[in-house]
Amino acid sequence: MFDLFKIAVRNLMRYKRRTLLTVLLVTIGVVSVLVFISVSGSFKNMMIGQITDSFLGHIQIHKKGYVASIDSLPLTLNLSPNALQKIEKAINENPDIEAYAKRVKFGGMFSNFVETTNVRLNGVYPEDEVRTVPLLFSRVREGEKTIRTGEILVPELLAKGMKVKVGDTVVVIATNRDGSVNGKQFRVAGILESATGPGGRDGYIHIDDAAEILRMDTMEISEIAIRLKNFDKLHEVLDTLKRQLSNDLNKQAKPAFEVHTWEKLSPFYNIARMIDIMTFFVKLMLIAIVLISITNVMVMAVYERVREIGTIAAIGTLPGKIVAMFLIEGFSLGLFGVVVGDILGIATISILSMAKLSFNFGRQKGLLLSPSINPQDILLISIIVITVSVVASLQPAYKASRMNPIDALRHV
Amino acid sequence: MSLITAHDLSKTYLKGETRVEALKGLNFEIEPASFVSFVGPSGSGKTTLLNLIGCLDKPTSGVLRVDDTDISSLNTRLAAAFRGEKIGFIFQDFNLVPVLTVYENVGYPLVLVQNTPSSERKQRILALLDAVGMAEQKDKYPDQISGGQKQRVAVARALVTKPKLVLADEPTANLDHKTAYMVINIMKKMKNELGTTFIFSTHDRKIVGEAEIIYTLEDGKLAGKEV
Repeated sequence: MFDLFKIAVRNLMRYKRRTLLTVLLVTIGVVSVLVFISVSGSFKNMMIGQITDSFLGHIQIHKKGYVASIDSLPLTLNLSPNALQKIEKAINENPDIEAYAKRVKFGGMFSNFVETTNVRLNGVYPEDEVRTVPLLFSRVREGEKTIRTGEILVPELLAKGMKVKVGDTVVVIATNRDGSVNGKQFRVAGILESATGPGGRDGYIHIDDAAEILRMDTMEISEIAIRLKNFDKLHEVLDTLKRQLSNDLNKQAKPAFEVHTWEKLSPFYNIARMIDIMTFFVKLMLIAIVLISITNVMVMAVYERVREIGTIAAIGTLPGKIVAMFLIEGFSLGLFGVVVGDILGIATISILSMAKLSFNFGRQKGLLLSPSINPQDILLISIIVITVSVVASLQPAYKASRMNPIDALRHV
Repeated sequence: MSLITAHDLSKTYLKGETRVEALKGLNFEIEPASFVSFVGPSGSGKTTLLNLIGCLDKPTSGVLRVDDTDISSLNTRLAAAFRGEKIGFIFQDFNLVPVLTVYENVGYPLVLVQNTPSSERKQRILALLDAVGMAEQKDKYPDQISGGQKQRVAVARALVTKPKLVLADEPTANLDHKTAYMVINIMKKMKNELGTTFIFSTHDRKIVGEAEIIYTLEDGKLAGKEV
């Protein structure tokens, strides 16, 4: 086998310029794909991280039907203390859950005593909330990175529109589930930067204040956000929770709760899917580049060495060995391209990472792009390229092995 | 027992729409360790006959047995294996592999055809290169040696697998007289040393004189045999 490799490499070096060009083409393809995967992947992962860690959480649990009508934040679909107890039991039994946060979500009126407008608010336990969505307070652009009773974190756009500053006093008025209206004064503790996705422009108050405004006798929770220890176990934990909570049925004999991952709750999931599809097509383009360039080279190699093929066939080389000789040439071309491409790709990704490139997405400014690539992706791309190189050589190699030695020896 | 037996051997092929009778009812026998030449003008059927003996082609009718094997019974794979084991080839244009050194060219059939262990391979290659006077050029590439030297390398390559039979189609056609004689003499010497049967075709009357048995072909028929 070593001799076959030696012969293949010598044959490739016979036409240095052509070999170099083909290897270069494969290399450029590999580098492009690795860089695309790393940049798009880091963008995707960073955005998912931003969304889940700054307000959404990895998984959310609601009463059945809540998500369908989430725009109106229906207080009638809050979780009762009894339901909450069951959910918390399931959560506490699950070792893969790192933290969870209970939220009371409601819509109300926000007044600065001059103007009034709508507002969507989350009543939260600050400690639980920050353990579940650790980037929440990093969104506070001005003011304090905490939520105390009597204080409110106002979303940036609302603050701008209502000309509200940190330290100002505002009033929140809301209607409870029975229709009675109540209001409470708050001190603006901070201005909260918008985040991409639903809930990214909500204000925050302490959950006790929410209960007070909504005149709740007992705490009724709108949603429970969950953070996992390992994000890769997202669907595993989802299935476990669904299974654990499936025994609780509502009056229609359907599950009383609904459990969703961030994917079902954020429209960014569709963008993430599109990135995955684009990555797939970029990989397809790489396959096409490798397939065309290597097939072209191998067809030429066979055409140029017809007499040589005739000679080796005449002296008794079996067709299988002739096939192997040309397949090894194709394999070697792919291997050289992959090795050089991997090295240059990793170097390019490292440079891009060190360059600390930033970009804007929606209202989020200066998001830092830190491209990285995992070894599995490099291995997968390498295997794809090498396999395609061998496949691309199959037809020319087969043709070489089927040549009639007499005709081949006569070839001029 | 004869190494080669041809009985009523014929070969017809189509050239475009024309039917060409390249060989017409040949009968001959060639004994082991012979030095045989087929002579005749261009188109007399020399190359066709060598292709048949070399299992590169199949007869249209008649029987051709090489080392007691009916070559008509061999499929492509078996014919290749048979050639690799029993037959060596010397070509008019030398047909050395340009990317391999003289040493590697001679060893090529041992690597690709016979999978000979490297220690034995080295011994056989060096002995043959020494025998054909090319030991000192072993690290050179084909484009660094002369035509005569290339043909000596081709002789060594043909013999390295220890074949019973070596076929040479016009082996001296591209060489000057002096070099042609040298190559023929090397072939003769190897035949005497190894007991290999050499069959070569030529239309060079001076070279023919070196053969022990001369068959003359004319229009696909055996026109004579000189011993």
